[in-house]
Amino acid sequence: KSVRSSLAGALASDTATPHKLVTTYNNYYEFGTEKADPARRAHTLKTEPWTVSIEGEVRKPMKLDLDALLKLAPMEERIYRMRCVEGWSMVIPWIGWSMADLIRKVEPTGNAKFVEFTTLADPAQMPGLRSRVLDWPYVEGLRLDEAMNPLTMMAFGLYGEVLPKQNGAPLRLVVPWKYGFKSGKSIVRIRFTEKQPATSWNVAAAREYGFYSNVNPKVDHPRWSQATERRIGDDGLLQRRRPTLMFNGYEAQVGQLYAGMDLAKFY
Amino acid sequence: MPAWTSPSSTEPRRPRRPLLLHPLAQPLLVLLGLLPLAELIWRIAADALGANPAEALIRQTGDWTLRMLCLTLAVTPLREALGLPALARFRRTLGLFVYFYALLHLSAYAWLDMGLDPAAVVTDILKRPFILVGFLALLLLTPLAATSFNAAIRRLGAVRWKRLHRAVYAVAGLALLHFFWMRAGKQDFAEVAVYAAVIALLLGWRLRGMLARRRSA
Repeated sequence: KSVRSSLAGALASDTATPHKLVTTYNNYYEFGTEKADPARRAHTLKTEPWTVSIEGEVRKPMKLDLDALLKLAPMEERIYRMRCVEGWSMVIPWIGWSMADLIRKVEPTGNAKFVEFTTLADPAQMPGLRSRVLDWPYVEGLRLDEAMNPLTMMAFGLYGEVLPKQNGAPLRLVVPWKYGFKSGKSIVRIRFTEKQPATSWNVAAAREYGFYSNVNPKVDHPRWSQATERRIGDDGLLQRRRPTLMFNGYEAQVGQLYAGMDLAKFY
Repeated sequence: MPAWTSPSSTEPRRPRRPLLLHPLAQPLLVLLGLLPLAELIWRIAADALGANPAEALIRQTGDWTLRMLCLTLAVTPLREALGLPALARFRRTLGLFVYFYALLHLSAYAWLDMGLDPAAVVTDILKRPFILVGFLALLLLTPLAATSFNAAIRRLGAVRWKRLHRAVYAVAGLALLHFFWMRAGKQDFAEVAVYAAVIALLLGWRLRGMLARRRSA
């Protein structure tokens, strides 16, 4: 059970991408690098039992099972734009709660400056781990204030149903103003740290993928422009690509997090 | 049985024409070469190109360019290894298909990704090394396609024509680099490795022949 979110910016006015496309066009390299791989192969993922360990610079480290996580805060439906670093986008109705609700519960210490998210890496369940595309497990991270922003969401479902495995079941991060890869799937550990976490794509290709990776039409990827995007399922084959919005259209909600920062340097 | 009753001596023996020399072999190859394009057109019409049809079209035309290039480069080694001189006549057709799919690849990119805006295309090509490399490969292919008819060979003379058409080896290198660079972000080199291995094998075979000839000379 969930209610429509009343949070500012939480309901994109754009039309949601059809369910079929949201669940068949995925980047989830643990199940293969082709977009269609996760939908075909993620059935081997075992989502129960599931425990998330919350550790590091917190007064109350804890291990929470899925049941406890589902009850941690009231479920909300939020319709977010999702912009992939590759230049395509979707609009997805997620179900979950604000990451801030969990952060308050574990009480970060004064040393906590960053949050590191580690995702599942089990070769028995994930055939894609055989490839050396990335160093497994997949790790992502946010600054603590970014993680505390109410838009940052822990999602357990989409389109009113339990999160499909190819979309990162049983729980995943959703950070709508950053490129999609910042939103880790199938999370097993959340660690609060003083130092900036070493995140997977940044380690793999630092010049191409920065720690921040905020959606920014003015800062191009070294190999392609980020000024425009193609909306999956919505834009016709011969339709021009649509302009990409600063912070993916969430500037009013998150712009203040980066006041005074050179976003070309901290890309 | 008297010799004159033997059928072999009475019926004139028709020379066996190898299948490769059949008059329909060439048109058949053209039809086969057009099949990938037909499939793409059918999938556009049937809306069966997946969630990102533009990306699918750009990628598949690129894939077919590389495949045609491998086939073209395979003609000479196969001809010599199998002792089938008749294969030679298919090389030109295959080579022209490389150019054909490369042009489709460029058109798909310019149209679907760049909105057919010439300024955007030029800026993008100059700004992005992996696209520049692909574009150079296409440029380098252009004189080869333009001199692929008999009159051009006569006019250039066989030696100069041959020298010019060795540029295809550079095209192969540039095309591979283009593909490699495109995949570098995802660090997903499995497919690149397959094409690289095939092309290395085909070029390595030529290199070995060249060295052997030099040694014997």
